[in-house]
Amino acid sequence: MNSAAKKVAMQTEKWIEVGSVSDIPKDGARVVKTPLGDIAVFRNMQDEVFALRDKCPHKGGPLSQGIIYGRTVACPLHNWNIALETGIAVAPDEGCAASFPVRVEGGKVFLSLTPSEGCPNH
Amino acid sequence: MKRMKLVMVGNGMAGVRTLEEVLKLAPDLYDITVFGSEPYANYNRILLSPVLAGEQTIKDIMLNDVDWYEKNGITLHLNKKITRIDRKNRTVHAEDGTSAAYDRLILATGSNPFMLPVPGNDLAGVISFRDIHDVDAMVEASAKYKHAVVIGGGLLGLEAANGLKLRGMDVTVVHLPEHLMERQLDDVASKMLQKSLEDKGLNFLMGKQTEQLIGKDGRVAAVRFKDGQEVPADLVVMAVGIRPNTQLAESAGIHCNRGIVVNDTMQTFDPRIYAIGECVSHRGIAYGLVAPLFEMAKVCANHLAEYGIGRYTGSVTSTKLKVTGIELFSAGDYLGGEGTENLLMSDPKGGLYKKLVLKENKLVGAVLYGESGDGNWYFKLMREGTDVSALRNRLLFGETHLGDAGHGGQSRAAAMKDTDQVCDCNGVCKGDITKAIITKGLFTLDDVKAHTKAAASCGSCTGLVEQILAQTLGGDYEAPEAKPMCKCTDYTHDQVRAAIRDQQLISIPEVMSKLEWKRPDGCPSCRPALNYYLISTWPKEAKDDYQSRFINERAHGNIQKDGTYSVIPRLFGGSVTVDQLRAIADVAEKFEVPTMKITGGQRIDLLGLKKETLPAVWGDLADRGLVSGHAYGKALRTVKTCVGSEWCRFGVQDSTQMGIDLEEMTWGSWTPHKYKMAVSGCPRNCAEATIKDFGVVAIDSGWELHVGGNGGVKVRATDLLCRVTTREEVLEYAAAFMQIYREEARYLERTAPWVERVGLAYIKGRVVDDAEGRAEAYKRLLESQEIYRFDPWAERAKGVDKHEFTPLKVIEEQTV
Repeated sequence: MNSAAKKVAMQTEKWIEVGSVSDIPKDGARVVKTPLGDIAVFRNMQDEVFALRDKCPHKGGPLSQGIIYGRTVACPLHNWNIALETGIAVAPDEGCAASFPVRVEGGKVFLSLTPSEGCPNH
Repeated sequence: MKRMKLVMVGNGMAGVRTLEEVLKLAPDLYDITVFGSEPYANYNRILLSPVLAGEQTIKDIMLNDVDWYEKNGITLHLNKKITRIDRKNRTVHAEDGTSAAYDRLILATGSNPFMLPVPGNDLAGVISFRDIHDVDAMVEASAKYKHAVVIGGGLLGLEAANGLKLRGMDVTVVHLPEHLMERQLDDVASKMLQKSLEDKGLNFLMGKQTEQLIGKDGRVAAVRFKDGQEVPADLVVMAVGIRPNTQLAESAGIHCNRGIVVNDTMQTFDPRIYAIGECVSHRGIAYGLVAPLFEMAKVCANHLAEYGIGRYTGSVTSTKLKVTGIELFSAGDYLGGEGTENLLMSDPKGGLYKKLVLKENKLVGAVLYGESGDGNWYFKLMREGTDVSALRNRLLFGETHLGDAGHGGQSRAAAMKDTDQVCDCNGVCKGDITKAIITKGLFTLDDVKAHTKAAASCGSCTGLVEQILAQTLGGDYEAPEAKPMCKCTDYTHDQVRAAIRDQQLISIPEVMSKLEWKRPDGCPSCRPALNYYLISTWPKEAKDDYQSRFINERAHGNIQKDGTYSVIPRLFGGSVTVDQLRAIADVAEKFEVPTMKITGGQRIDLLGLKKETLPAVWGDLADRGLVSGHAYGKALRTVKTCVGSEWCRFGVQDSTQMGIDLEEMTWGSWTPHKYKMAVSGCPRNCAEATIKDFGVVAIDSGWELHVGGNGGVKVRATDLLCRVTTREEVLEYAAAFMQIYREEARYLERTAPWVERVGLAYIKGRVVDDAEGRAEAYKRLLESQEIYRFDPWAERAKGVDKHEFTPLKVIEEQTV
């Protein structure tokens, strides 16, 4: 997506407020329950916030329960490493957990339930 | 920032490994240029023997093809030999006039085969065994000619001879000393080796000095010796040793002494110029095996990347012969000398020979012939300097005979078929691993873990995987001497722990900044380890960092495959009251627990609970006096007991009460790995105390204390620590052993491997012989327990860490 298209998407995106950044521990995650299934919302040491489907592409482990480091989470079941920005598994593993747009405004976290493009595993 | 220029002369395994490491650490620091005198990119020189033997092809052994250089932005000049270094203007010049300027220069010029200075050594058909070109020449000759003579009965010579024999030639090995491989083997093993090679059809001429190579029409035709004897030869392979290639360095005025002299950071006397690999002389030693060279590469890269922490301090090397059907292993000081003693097992007729050299209760050398499966284990004992006095009467029989252990992991790899499963956690077979090692060019355990997942989960097959690596790569594989804790640091577990203690570091960020962690936030493998080291070293000062704990310890339950959790309340000593059973039943009913199970540690497991319900479940249990069983942690798990003298007609002591006392003393404590105890009321040992980390067995006169056992993938029976008489003594010894384990073992190292690593003699010295030290360790455990012996469940039932157990938000259908 080019930046203009992105801007349009941002405007048409339906954003839902899910809580405050401070509700999520640093290097931690919380679950948002949705009709589409659980979404894990992560916060790293640098206070960046990310959202992924709470399901590891390997065997469906809940990523929200993993250890977070940098921009990566390690799945609690078999230690696959998943990139928080894209949901793509770190090589040499292969797979992808759908990622969802999030933005932070005034300390509040807003989530869109339309998965970002690029991951077949919606 | 403007990039610096890094130039490398030489394009072999050690050099390219250095570049790989540099690219990993500092991808944007340098513009890299490589000059190679061979026409090929980087291939695996170790595997030339299998190529010669026809077991592999050149394509199989390529490590980095031309695309790799291009992909990484490296300028590659093949077929260009550098002849001059202009140190003043910092440029290198090639034969054809190409030149390149450098800010940093790596000399990786390798070594040259030594050609005997005898008349005729320049005839056609006289070659060395060094590169692809030599292998091609040998393969070609084997198709046309009959007689091959290999001069030199060392490792390389024998592998060459074996390969030529397999290609159908009549092969004679000529050796100047009286014994083959005299630099790796003692006389007995060497004779046995010669015998089995003769059985394979090789001829040997020992104690023969070559005088001249006789030619006919420009090609070699015979070899003549000093004593006048002559043998026919259409091909002569010289394998009498290698000489570090120092010509270029010397011509540039760089100090050389049987190799380019380097310091511990791989710098030559000109600090802008590094040298690495077989061309190097480090502390007076030139290495020819790949494992030490890779260790050098790591240090060199670290320095080039401007981290400046690693140091290369030399390597102990071991050798394995890559001749199919012959098992041979040698390492360290295999001859022995003053102050050493030998343990020998010799069965020349049966083709079995083992010699272990001990010095001051430590293993310093080993020669194994006929059965080399225990080689890695002996090598590990050597490298780690384990005190072997407690096992010396069984040492010769190998690891599987230790402590009545079940199937040991270390000596099985050779006997396994390709279809046999190695890693039971991830279902990886031996064939998958060998294939990955060869086709992907893997050299280290970490590589194999990343690519195949073998040994990446519980780690119990690590020894087996290392052995497969050793087998596939031959003598050139060695486990690195000291493994860094993880990829975030070059420090080992022991070094990190010492720093935490000595520099009084009390938080993870503090450790990471003081020890210059490469990743600011660490990784899932170092963070839990650091957290453990901190809270066990500084129980009062350090704060437990829950985000650095694995989910089970963070949520105080055991995560199951479907993301639900299990709850196991503590039943001290495995004894239970009617009221406790009723409480558990009530909870199971109220929360509709789908499955209940009696565990191996005499507890009741409630399975299938959703995370959100855990605090409520725990609250109900806490109201009825039940606390967390820590069945989810690297912690004191259970103390299993039999009924003992209170009821049993054989029981001689009250084992149940002893179990309860031990568990009340230790529950809530965190340990490097899970920790289990058991108490049996008589030597019939119904509580199976001899496969526990700490086992107590009642005897008529008191108690026997056992340590270092476990069940699991690799069963290990305990070692007897000592006998004591009173209850108080049992508690003190149990606490002291546990505390020393807590303070000194590496994270995720159970007591069984820890006891094997440090040696039972050491443990006895600390726990049995040193009464004062024991009392202090006991005291330290109790002090730590004042802080950590609490019920995490009751706290959470009252609202601690609420965020852990509740969703951030529930989005209903209509808002979407």
